[in-house]
Amino acid sequence: MSDSHNNIEHFDNEAGKMGMWIFLFTELFLFGGLFLVYAVFRTKYSADFHAGASELNSFIGTLNTVFLLTSSMTVAMSLTAIQKNNKNLALFLVSVTIMLAALFMMNKYFEWSHKFEFKIYPGSSVLKNMNRGELLFFGLYYMMTGLHALHVLVGMILLSINLVKIKRGVVNMKRYLLLENSALYWHLVDLIWIFLFPLLYLIT
Amino acid sequence: MTDTGSRTYVSYLDHQGRFKGIFSWLLSTDHKKIGLMYLNAVIVFFFVAVILGLLMRIELLAPGRTIMGPQTYNGMFTIHGVIMVFIIVIPALPAVFGNFFLPILIGAKDVAFPRLNLFSFYLYILGAILGVLSQFAGSGPPDTGWTFYVPYSAQSATNVIYALTAAFILGFSSILTGLNFIVTIHRMRAPGMTWFKMPLFPWALYATAWIQVLATPIIGITLLMVIAERVLNIGFFDPALGGDPVLFQHLFWIYSHPAVYIMVLPAMGIVSEIFPTFSQKPVFGYGAIVFSSLAIAFVGSFVWGHHMFTSGMSYWARWFFSFTTFIVAVPSAIKVFNWISTMYGGSIDLKPPLLYAIGFIFLFMIGGFTGLTLGSLASNIQVHGTSYVVAHFHYIIFGGMGFAFFAGIHYWFPKMFGKMYNFTIANISWVLVFVGFNVFYFPQFIIGFQGMPRRSFDYLPQFQTGEVISSIGSMVLVAGLFLMVINLFRAVYKGDPAPANPWKGVTLEWQIPSPPEHENFETIPEIKNKPYFFGNTSTN
Repeated sequence: MSDSHNNIEHFDNEAGKMGMWIFLFTELFLFGGLFLVYAVFRTKYSADFHAGASELNSFIGTLNTVFLLTSSMTVAMSLTAIQKNNKNLALFLVSVTIMLAALFMMNKYFEWSHKFEFKIYPGSSVLKNMNRGELLFFGLYYMMTGLHALHVLVGMILLSINLVKIKRGVVNMKRYLLLENSALYWHLVDLIWIFLFPLLYLIT
Repeated sequence: MTDTGSRTYVSYLDHQGRFKGIFSWLLSTDHKKIGLMYLNAVIVFFFVAVILGLLMRIELLAPGRTIMGPQTYNGMFTIHGVIMVFIIVIPALPAVFGNFFLPILIGAKDVAFPRLNLFSFYLYILGAILGVLSQFAGSGPPDTGWTFYVPYSAQSATNVIYALTAAFILGFSSILTGLNFIVTIHRMRAPGMTWFKMPLFPWALYATAWIQVLATPIIGITLLMVIAERVLNIGFFDPALGGDPVLFQHLFWIYSHPAVYIMVLPAMGIVSEIFPTFSQKPVFGYGAIVFSSLAIAFVGSFVWGHHMFTSGMSYWARWFFSFTTFIVAVPSAIKVFNWISTMYGGSIDLKPPLLYAIGFIFLFMIGGFTGLTLGSLASNIQVHGTSYVVAHFHYIIFGGMGFAFFAGIHYWFPKMFGKMYNFTIANISWVLVFVGFNVFYFPQFIIGFQGMPRRSFDYLPQFQTGEVISSIGSMVLVAGLFLMVINLFRAVYKGDPAPANPWKGVTLEWQIPSPPEHENFETIPEIKNKPYFFGNTSTN
């Protein structure tokens, strides 16, 4: 502790990681608000929620779960690679992570546009004629997966920055806090999806 | 501090970093400069909101339309509330005094993430500007009240989205400040400064920071849901679409009640610094103050329902929230006993900071007691929609947090600017502010009890006496505020140089020159004693 005070530009790995963990708490509470709303309305309209969930394509949902779980693994492996000073392997694994994230987003795009074709989107006439519970289900579906997709995009940007920094050697065997924090963030994105998937797709 | 001759001393005010001129401020990551920038912003926005408040008081001089109609009045109290709550009272104490003094009080050179600190300052400015813009731009000032209750906030044709976005961004800024402080306190304490050798202001900030981090995201997502309701027709809170307006109120108060403790905990921290210094006596019951801070932060997270006794909740929910509301008064009362016992038998030096701190106790106690009237189920129904609530709220927020802010600025002013202000004028302005405040808000309790509705531009003739007394009080209060600010501004430029330790304080900020150097400490101090150790001051 004491020698870290000698220089203002000191590099405190623990502080950086702690800051990230606290930030992840806030993210959990952000989604927590939505999960709370979900819980309230699912209790109130459980039959409608089941009907709404049966409209979702659980195959695409499962595929996306596989993509995200695999990407969590590759990003963890990339961290081990950089710790072992294997720069090329780390670059490869981060790229794979970004690609899996892109596949996830592509699936999401097809899924949403498919819904849009059937005029299932907030404010549409089709949705307004559904039961109130189904209406709320789709409202939650768009809000939760939308906010989650936004996090996937942010994660992809973070990982791309890592790609550049690993290439330049700024993120290296001795200093890999950025990659470690990005990986933590990526695990959070994955973790939230693990809860979204059953709550939205599998409750039929 | 004997070896200052070996190198030249440059105050942080004159320190030039990588950037010159104005950019040495705007792009500085020095916690002290960021704290001062927050201070300037807070003062500017404070007077914007004060003027809105004064205009409302003028409107209320007589029943019926005096200077503005109902729509304008609704816009005024909404923006007054949004600015005061989200731009001033929530951020002011942590962002101004926390930024400036937290690192110094724990013997660090800066906060843990200086660049993040600057970033949250700019988020704050962005949110503040959006908040003020909502008053002037687009389709008219928002008229929902600062609480944004749905379904009205989803339907009102005014600039509600601006105000919602502003509150969202300000919340994000608040989260980042809190995060920064938690990590700073965990990682940057000087060698020897164990948790229980930490002064009480950092402790208060620590409890506050956890509320900021854990509660603010809830308001963030809630505001996003209201925005989605307005923009995308997602009706979480719209009964016509199956939603539930009371659910909004729960989500709103899950944050906004703990936000009251974000405001008042650092205020308690500041006066806990002031009482020992001006009594020249160790603080009474250090541990009790620390644990009551943590207890307030914890219990305060489970009282939000007391804002909704008239909104429709189950019997047991109301019982629970009323009970926890009474419980949370206990740690606050413990602190009051501690401060008074600290003064008992001390050599009291009645300087302006102590006057404000004593004012804080007096007003906070009135606010606290009237809070119990509101917290008990039966009497709440009687006074819920009346100006009694307005008076209670302002006694806690302005009388509590506001007075602690004034106490803090008078306490630390010599350290921040290296100048001393005029005591006589400071004392006169204290009298004006204190008397004006009580004349302003106390009648609101009485007419509120008699049925004067809140948030109304009009009233029945029988309330006029009370309203006129209130308005006169508000003018005295504003005069006092102006006098205080003028006195301080004059001191920045023309005040006498302040010594390093004008109040004979023993915490770390008084051991370094006024104003401090760029990196606070030449050598990081080693902490051996408990804080507020007045016995043999030379050992510090």
